Amino acid sequence: MITAFSLFLFAIGIFFFFTATVGLLRMPDFYCRMQATGKGDTMGAFLTVTALALYNLHYGFTLSAVLVSLKIMFIAVFIFVANPTATHAIAKAGMDCGFEPWTRERRAE
Amino acid sequence: MKERYPDVTIETICRLLIPPIQLFALYVIAHGHYSPGGGFQGGCILGASFIMMFIAYDIGEVKRKMQEKLNTILCSTGVLIFAGIGLICLILGANYLDYGILHNILPVHQAKARALGTLGIEIGVGIAVTSVMVSIFLNIATAGEHEGEP
Repeated sequence: MITAFSLFLFAIGIFFFFTATVGLLRMPDFYCRMQATGKGDTMGAFLTVTALALYNLHYGFTLSAVLVSLKIMFIAVFIFVANPTATHAIAKAGMDCGFEPWTRERRAE
Repeated sequence: MKERYPDVTIETICRLLIPPIQLFALYVIAHGHYSPGGGFQGGCILGASFIMMFIAYDIGEVKRKMQEKLNTILCSTGVLIFAGIGLICLILGANYLDYGILHNILPVHQAKARALGTLGIEIGVGIAVTSVMVSIFLNIATAGEHEGEP
């Protein structure tokens, strides 16, 4: 049961990574790519790491297994807090440097 | 230099994240001989937390709290701790960095003296690596013009 649920989470996480990669490759400019990778990577990494923490428990809830799962969940929370902030910081740095967003009239190179 | 606009999101998240990062760095340094990690890795994490502070806040503002003079002194102190423990072993009659001989001057038996010697070495390496990381970052980020006036 736990294995099935963690596989389900893993599949959703892989899907988010896939959308992030597609966005990175197909979006027209810097800000759109930041948007795609920031959201997709955060959610994908969070779901994948959560699935690993769940899968770690499939032999039973011993103390050491629960502790390892807790440590993995700390990594997940760290990614969930730090990744959007890093995306925000990079986008803000681009805005401060005067990098113009893409429009349909003035196509970026 | 361009005018710097303060950003609430970045500063708040840094204020939240930097203390756990520094605590984790100390854990990696102190727990290095039982698990992956050690002086170099823990020092890198500690230095990265300072670099994060430099990125999130104004460089001059943080430099008032962590001055270049203090940084240089810390760097040489780390090397002094490393080389000093090695030299103490040499003076007591063993090889360089052979901590087992330290049980002659510490009130513990030989295995414990070895563990304590390793811990001392790792603390020295951690201090040196932290200050060198901060120093490298400052030199690159300000193109070598950070000395003197903050």
